[in-house]
Amino acid sequence: MDGESLYRETLRIKGDDFEHGGEAATQVKALLKQLGLPSTLIRRLSIANFEAEMNVVMYAREATLDVLVYPDLIRVEVADRGPGIADIAWAMQEGHSTATEAMRARGFGAGLGLPNIQRNTDELEVKSDVGVGTTLRYAVYTTPRPKPG
Amino acid sequence: MQLRHIVSVLTCEILSGAERLGLEVEHCFAADLMSDVLASAPHGALLVTGLASPQMVHTAEVADLAAIVVVAGKRPGDEAISFARQRKLPLLLTGLSMFEACSGLSAHGLRGAVRKE
Ligand SMILES: Nc1ncnc2c1ncn2[C@@H]1O[C@H](COP(=O)(O)OP(=O)(O)O)[C@@H](O)[C@H]1O
Ligand SMILES: [Mg+2]
Repeated sequence: MDGESLYRETLRIKGDDFEHGGEAATQVKALLKQLGLPSTLIRRLSIANFEAEMNVVMYAREATLDVLVYPDLIRVEVADRGPGIADIAWAMQEGHSTATEAMRARGFGAGLGLPNIQRNTDELEVKSDVGVGTTLRYAVYTTPRPKPG
Repeated sequence: MQLRHIVSVLTCEILSGAERLGLEVEHCFAADLMSDVLASAPHGALLVTGLASPQMVHTAEVADLAAIVVVAGKRPGDEAISFARQRKLPLLLTGLSMFEACSGLSAHGLRGAVRKE
């Protein structure tokens, strides 16, 4: 990733681990609070992190979540080993989901995760290799500026 | 509406956050789907849910919600309770159904909350 970060942290997420799903997002949230970032920004990023984490828990085997804090933005990369996403454009749409009934009984799996990530971030890139894994890269700006594109 | 008032209206058992019952909440968001909560509940809202998994505590935490009421006599596991305690997040249980709990809160002046984008 680009440039010198002020702060960097890497966490691991395990697939199928519903008992602990959400701990990475809450840990990152505690770190960002310690850094004294604005609470609205921490909230947006934490919602994105939680949805990304639950996607790893539901669909992938394992992942690393990297947080990089720069002077003007925070970047997160969630890279998993898993089945990948064959049709990213389909998966990005609200309501589109391959979740099972058991996943929905856990409060996720209504096809709102990726749209929630999109809505709460200023940049989002989804890359996926079927049979290999999926990488999400997103960022929130700590100082107002126009979104790219 | 103060949390202690909510506890008495819904006859709640207090699993966590007993020291925070003086907290005032104005808005309530009721859902079993955590993605809905993450998409639409404003910060500071009361979460009313039938979900008793650890994820409902994490949801309240990441979305800066004030407190959680778990309805219909569902009982969260130890993991969820200890998370709520660590974060001093009020976690309340009621035997009332989702409908009864929400109509009780509404009758006492709590308002629904949907964040407009
Ligand atoms: N990390 C991932 N690995 C494999 N498939 C994924 C991953 N993330 C999302 N998907 C696919 O994209 C779909 C939509 O994801 P999302 O918007 O988070 O909704 P939901 O998780 O509720 O289904 C999922 O149902 C799944 O098929
Ligand atoms: Mg999802």
